[in-house]
Amino acid sequence: MTPLRRIVLRFAAPVSAVVFALVMSSVVLLISGSSPTNAYGDMISHASKLETMIDILNRATPFYISGIAAAIGFRMALFNIGVEGQYLLAAVFAAHVGGVVSLPPVLHVALIFVVAMAVGAAYSGVAGVLKVTRGINEVISTIMLNAIAVSGLVAFLVKRWQAGGGLASGSATRVGTTPIDESGLLPTLNSFVEIFTRDIRSNKELTGMLVVAVVVGIAYYVVINRTRFGFDLRASGINPFAARAGGVPPKRMVVTAMLISGAIAGLVGLTEVMQVGSFSANPIRGLGFTGIAVALLGRNSPIGVGIAALVFAFLDVSSGVLQFTGAASREIVVIIQGIIILAAVVSYEMVRRISDREETKSAAAALVGSPA
Amino acid sequence: MSNAIELVGITKRFPGVVANDRVDLSVEEGEIHAICGENGAGKSTLMKILYGMQQPDEGEMRVFGRAVRFTSPTEAIAAGIGMVHQHFMLADQLTVLENVILGAEPTSAGGRINFGTARRHLGEVGRAYGLTVDPNDLVETLEVGERQRIEIIKVLYRGAKILILDEPTAVLVPHEVDELFRNLRDLKAAGSTIIFIDHKLAEVLAIADTITVIRQGRTIATVKPADVTAGDLAELMVGSELPTPTATGSTVTDVVALDVAKMTVRSSDGRLVLDDVSLRIHRGEVLGVAGVEGNGQSELIDAIMGITPSTGTLALAGDDISHASVRRRRELGLGYIPQDRHLEGLLLPAPLWENAALGHQTQRPFGRGPWIDREGARKRTEEIREEFDVRTPNVDVSAQALSGGNQQKLIVGREMSADPIVLIAAHPTRGIDVGAQATVWDKLRTARANGMATLLISADLDELIGLSDSIIVVFRGKITATLDPATITPRELGEFMTGSNQTEGAA
Repeated sequence: MTPLRRIVLRFAAPVSAVVFALVMSSVVLLISGSSPTNAYGDMISHASKLETMIDILNRATPFYISGIAAAIGFRMALFNIGVEGQYLLAAVFAAHVGGVVSLPPVLHVALIFVVAMAVGAAYSGVAGVLKVTRGINEVISTIMLNAIAVSGLVAFLVKRWQAGGGLASGSATRVGTTPIDESGLLPTLNSFVEIFTRDIRSNKELTGMLVVAVVVGIAYYVVINRTRFGFDLRASGINPFAARAGGVPPKRMVVTAMLISGAIAGLVGLTEVMQVGSFSANPIRGLGFTGIAVALLGRNSPIGVGIAALVFAFLDVSSGVLQFTGAASREIVVIIQGIIILAAVVSYEMVRRISDREETKSAAAALVGSPA
Repeated sequence: MSNAIELVGITKRFPGVVANDRVDLSVEEGEIHAICGENGAGKSTLMKILYGMQQPDEGEMRVFGRAVRFTSPTEAIAAGIGMVHQHFMLADQLTVLENVILGAEPTSAGGRINFGTARRHLGEVGRAYGLTVDPNDLVETLEVGERQRIEIIKVLYRGAKILILDEPTAVLVPHEVDELFRNLRDLKAAGSTIIFIDHKLAEVLAIADTITVIRQGRTIATVKPADVTAGDLAELMVGSELPTPTATGSTVTDVVALDVAKMTVRSSDGRLVLDDVSLRIHRGEVLGVAGVEGNGQSELIDAIMGITPSTGTLALAGDDISHASVRRRRELGLGYIPQDRHLEGLLLPAPLWENAALGHQTQRPFGRGPWIDREGARKRTEEIREEFDVRTPNVDVSAQALSGGNQQKLIVGREMSADPIVLIAAHPTRGIDVGAQATVWDKLRTARANGMATLLISADLDELIGLSDSIIVVFRGKITATLDPATITPRELGEFMTGSNQTEGAA
């Protein structure tokens, strides 16, 4: 296989999935009496504004971190569906701790990060421990842990820790946790962006968590591809029996992978915490599930997940314009996202088969001519 | 007599190889026709074509004089051809009857399975061909030979007149082979035509009416067993004399490399699967383990490697490793060639150099501290490729792209290039061709001469007898005999393995 062909094959699957999704969505738009060209045109022209781009990056950041959290599990054939519960729980703890303490700037931020990662890790660690001690499938346990966290614990804790009074206040207006001092918040990247472009208008701020996301991505790449731990993790994911025979301790790997995945998941909600300055009473939900989709589309690769996060963020953010222009219902992007995922799963499998076959062919071809 | 099967000029090409090259084959009705050839000669491809699993690129096929072209096994079955696969395709938790009718269930009105009809039909088939089974037995309770009989009945139940048996004796011990041959002769007497794929020459000569030899995708010769000797057949098969596994001269020292004492393993449901086993392997010694599958040899390997927990003590070159992790044991000098290379040996979608690193990732040149040394790993893999003759374009192709023999050579190379003190070699040449087999034997002998201690587990009794300095027999979790390979024959060994000879053999 030539290098060019390998590259073409690598991108064939995600690109064809997106194209297929656009075609299918156009059909849906046509059936519902909208013009696909108008709808896509509105979205693209909206997205080409600097302020919208900031929104897209702000949205892509938690998508990316969430995607990497899911990808760590996937690499070991562990399905951590619990990112949803882990990030919400981690964020409420981190915001509360950050809100009630006073510390110098760097330490304050560091404490918030440590709390978020520790809570995320601890919560997903429960699923890991249940798996190795009791053989409970992590899909089941993380789904249940999500239910406990999302509709139970988080709601309870927000109420308990809400600014100015806790449970007793009985206030009808829902407020978030105690606001975090300036010292506990990451600086925005606005001034950095403005070096290259015009001033950012309408109070938009580019989240400092973008830098964290990039660091997470690089760390993920290095750990997975360059370290012994990453090798053990991947080996366990590909063939747990061979990994075990090769000296990889299976149980310890399961727990460690869940802890790391949870720790990264703990960072997902910090984007919003850093923007709002507290854990709001109505936090953004669903980032954990989108992360799974993003990891799937991005093939668990640090770059791929990044592109997938941007695609999903673009669809999410730019669809907002549709309700103003009236070109189409904004729900069309949910359909597009859904079809992308379905098409991605199918096309990745097809491409895998094609490249396996080509590889076998080239390996066999190398044997012809050598003596038997 | 008319021909049941007539193949003319069958050609099947795969990318880079011609698996079948203008193969001609005529099988007379009512005969047992053996197809011989080494692994990779094209026997399996030919049978897959005959059974409709693959389509030929060129050539004609006639079944009972009628030209056919199968696109699926369903069509082959409809034409009266049935196949008994080497790996059984049975559902363990179902009864014999349920397994037989699976996929061909007689139904009464409303889609309910009519077990009465099924039972009657099964009875008729059994009587007609002289095959006795209890339809109510659970398949999981049956022995290998009985399971094979179920597979044969499954095929007959579907009305097959022509049976293809793919290496049916590979999984059987000698007395089960005798039983199979009796059954096959009965089938023949009842009018069936049998195509029998094998490469064990003595068996072929014993059972076949006609033998067709295939080499490198071509039909080399069709002969009658009366006209040839095993040596003639071997020459036809490989084009030269068949290599045999022999170890020359003893290199056994008195230094104990591995000392297993009172090792006991219980299964998850508390059954004793390895019962108080003690053994010693010295430097330069090959200790063979004979036993019918399921008598504790897998548990013995897993316990020595530390994969399953066991009681008792284990010492490697004097160091107590009873409680060491798998990784620690490997680092201390325990090498492992697993019995199933796909299940335990390889990361199939991963590149060869990563596969070579597996099990050695904590040691140089594969690992350096917490890091994987990609350069070092690639270089070592290149060396393994050279030294162990792994045929591959480069070390970055995935393991699944290689043939079985080359995969096995990679595993053997990975384990032996680490210079282990003790090597656990489980079925090191299972399912690989003669050339690769010779390479593996050669490397094992060299390492033995250099002082490596080997625990050799094999179902190939010739290999076991040929390579071992001493053989122990495990039966129902215990060591029941210690035998001298210089004096034992495969048949005698088979008797020990099945427990039909319980007396202590010569040490």
